[in-house]
Amino acid sequence: MGGKVVTISSGKGGVGKTTATANLGISLASLGKRVVVIDADIGLRNLDVIMGLENRIVYDLVDIVEGRSKLRQAMIKHKKFADLFLIPAAQTRDKMAVSPDDMVNLTDELREDFDYILIDSPAGIERGFRNALEPADEVLIVTNPEVSAVRDADRIIGLIEAADKGPGKLIINRLKTDMVKKGEMLSSDDVFDILGLAIIGIIPEDELVLSASNSGIPVTLNLQSKAGMAFNNVARRVIGEDVPFMNLDANPGILQRLVGLLNGR
Amino acid sequence: MNNLLSRLFGRARKGSGATAKDRLRFVLQHDRINLPPERMEEMKREILAVIVKYLVVDKERVEIDLEQRDRSHSKLTAEIPVAIHTATTANRAEEKNVVAAKGAGANGANNGADTEDEAEDASAEAEEAETPKAIEDEKSDQGDQGDSAEDEKSKPG
Ligand SMILES: Nc1ncnc2c1ncn2[C@@H]1O[C@H](COP(=O)(O)OP(=O)(O)OP(=O)(O)O)[C@@H](O)[C@H]1O
Ligand SMILES: [Mg+2]
Repeated sequence: MGGKVVTISSGKGGVGKTTATANLGISLASLGKRVVVIDADIGLRNLDVIMGLENRIVYDLVDIVEGRSKLRQAMIKHKKFADLFLIPAAQTRDKMAVSPDDMVNLTDELREDFDYILIDSPAGIERGFRNALEPADEVLIVTNPEVSAVRDADRIIGLIEAADKGPGKLIINRLKTDMVKKGEMLSSDDVFDILGLAIIGIIPEDELVLSASNSGIPVTLNLQSKAGMAFNNVARRVIGEDVPFMNLDANPGILQRLVGLLNGR
Repeated sequence: MNNLLSRLFGRARKGSGATAKDRLRFVLQHDRINLPPERMEEMKREILAVIVKYLVVDKERVEIDLEQRDRSHSKLTAEIPVAIHTATTANRAEEKNVVAAKGAGANGANNGADTEDEAEDASAEAEEAETPKAIEDEKSDQGDQGDSAEDEKSKPG
């Protein structure tokens, strides 16, 4: 059936779905895959700005579904990668404008020409989530190491399994290693114990993510960024590579720390 | 993932991370079976109220617990110590086929000993219950996947 549809979901809002989708899209494209990312968050379009493609939008997802635009016309090509495209969400419509069947039809068409179709799911468990879930071959669940985000992830995982789309895989985003060490944050092991799903990515908290969204250049293109590297590793795991998890707490060695202390940090 | 040191010291001084984990465990246990903590306590009281109609139960030692192997397999277990008095108690229990009949019924009938207050642990394990995955949000949708809530959750998570 050609390409694979990967949905990025979370339950709770603001945990990093759009950030993850943009970065996975870029990473997969840089690995030589043909990729389409779809913003399924109708009414709250965001993937376009995170990818720096906002000023190229002519048509959107609802235009395609309602026949005002051909599929190809609405696909925005990325500046850097010839085989990376964005289908933006409609900004002035609501989620009912698209049905789960529409999403299946759309992605079936895309499967023929692309290796990966990534869908950025909206927060919540309603129509928008159903739209994103229905065509999925695989679901990545983004969560933060935090009580409410993990709880909502559990809820979504239950719904994904009930819809026969499980088991998904976890992306634990915004992990703060120093806090975990102090025992003041859930560790990735804790989250795994609680949710019982395989972890496909552990992404550290990284200020460069904000810089990246400021500039519209996803952080995985920044070689200095640990979060960027971690997202890149997720992409490689998605295509089936066996990539070890990076050591997130390797950064300040004892020497560096001493220097930091002397410098009053 | 934790290094040994933080493991050794982390235990004694429990950080808020551990608290988070405990709280999550608790809240998810109830979320997953869609039965809030207070309702669960109510249910336990009702279960016990039924049993004491038929058996003399050592109430102090009753334990009714929810065990969760994973998201879709929850098991209600009950440990209900039953006091063995005389054959009459046993017969009544047998007759009514009470949940915790094992201890009282069998022993009472067979050895017929008049060990007055020997308490026997009768443990009853309720059938492994498939977690009901209520999909309340289906109302707002057109019900495309709603049917799958009750079936085929046998695969592990
Ligand atoms: N690893 C990270 N380190 C630092 N900041 C991050 C990280 N991941 C995400 N963020 C920040 O978190 C915020 C929310 O991210 P994002 O928009 O990707 O979440 P979302 O799940 O798509 O939200 P929504 O549910 O509203 O669609 C953004 O400001 C983003 O910059
Ligand atoms: Mg988003």
